[in-house]
Amino acid sequence: MSLQPDQASPIVSVRGLRKSFGSHVVLDGIDFDVPASQVVVVIGPSGSGKSTLLRCCNGLETPQAGSVEICGRTLVQDGQMLPDADLNALREEVGMVFQSFNLFPHLSALHNVALGPKMLRGLSAAQAQKEASALLDKVGLTQKAHAMPASLSGGQKQRVAIARALAMKPRVMLFDEPTSALDPELVGEVLQVMKLLASEGMTMIVVTHEMEFAKEVADVVLVMDHGRIIESGPPGTIFSQPEQPRTRAFLQAVLARA
Amino acid sequence: MGLDFSPVWADWPLLLRGALETVEVTAVSLVLGCVLGLLVGIGRLNPERRLVYGLCSAYLAVIRGTPLLVQLFILFFGLPQFGIMLPAFFCGVLGMGIYSGAYVSEIVRGAIQSVDRGQTEAARSIGLSSTQAMRAVILPQAVVRMIPPLGNEFIALIKNSALVSLLTIHDLMHEGQKIISVSYRSLEVYLAIAVIYFVLTGLTSIGLRRLEQHLRAGGMVQ
Repeated sequence: MSLQPDQASPIVSVRGLRKSFGSHVVLDGIDFDVPASQVVVVIGPSGSGKSTLLRCCNGLETPQAGSVEICGRTLVQDGQMLPDADLNALREEVGMVFQSFNLFPHLSALHNVALGPKMLRGLSAAQAQKEASALLDKVGLTQKAHAMPASLSGGQKQRVAIARALAMKPRVMLFDEPTSALDPELVGEVLQVMKLLASEGMTMIVVTHEMEFAKEVADVVLVMDHGRIIESGPPGTIFSQPEQPRTRAFLQAVLARA
Repeated sequence: MGLDFSPVWADWPLLLRGALETVEVTAVSLVLGCVLGLLVGIGRLNPERRLVYGLCSAYLAVIRGTPLLVQLFILFFGLPQFGIMLPAFFCGVLGMGIYSGAYVSEIVRGAIQSVDRGQTEAARSIGLSSTQAMRAVILPQAVVRMIPPLGNEFIALIKNSALVSLLTIHDLMHEGQKIISVSYRSLEVYLAIAVIYFVLTGLTSIGLRRLEQHLRAGGMVQ
């Protein structure tokens, strides 16, 4: 008898998610699953609810209805969030990377990465720093371990932020427009690290306007508009034969700008 | 009639001892004020925790809304009616600490709220509890922003400490008045006292500026 986890069971499962800010409906009934090791890229016009959807997946926003199951736990069900202690434990398994990096400005790159493992995984300072160094190597920032965030470029900051999230050994990584705040010439170095993660089998949900990245790395592309998923499928289909006129209009607008 | 500073020179050890007492009263009050201010400031961050928020807000309103001198007199002359006799030094420090805590709490709250929301979100998203996030991420950044307004508060406290002379504490003001009572040289002695307070507040502001520069140089501020 096999005790292997069921390969088919998704690591993230979102059902009927609804969220509004006052009278403004941001998420209007979202359903999707992410199987382990898949990369799901979420695209759509700004204001379509992409970031809010991502933030609902690690409890930074509380949806009013619907459910999010992630890493085998029910994060939220009909407005009822996991109790704080369980939520904190679950967040260790769900890494998040923000558009504006949000590095801790009072800590060096190394200490940004080592903070979580030291405080939460019970590692000694030395052990946490050793792991943090290895992660900074991985994102190509060996030389910058002792630099303060203020002295790093945007691309370097975002790579430190990715290393910081990886330090908790997450099972899922959420990326909220990770390259939108970067100068164009710095986008590539961040996408490179994300591709590396995808190739290692990390489960990822990525909100982005980088269509080339979506084409190359995504297993599934979700197209959002007005708080709904209007279309989803493999990138080949979405980009070459989109069914929805709104998807076509959005892709035309984005690709014309590129 | 000219100025005659000879009583000041003759009794300078008395003024020095008074100045040391002033520094001592202020320093202890300051520590108490900062501890209280930190707790109350954090207590007023979240209005949804009604009891804590309400108690902290009531403390702030009452202490900020009444004169320090009245508060000191209630502690020193009022409490003995209930058989609570506190030593003068203790009353002075307690009264000034409680008074200062109200102002410090608003400095603390303002500084914490000025730290970008993204910092809390980043800290929580790696799994830190709200207390851990506050301690390891938010407070270290907020403390740097507290220094300039805290400097003002420290300086105000040094000057306000002159009031404790009325509780029979032998501070700078009290010792000065002792000299006046035998020499009748009010102007000269009060001028000398003013100069000493000026030096104390000046040293404090220089020290705080150094501290702020040091923290900034260390990359504590973006």
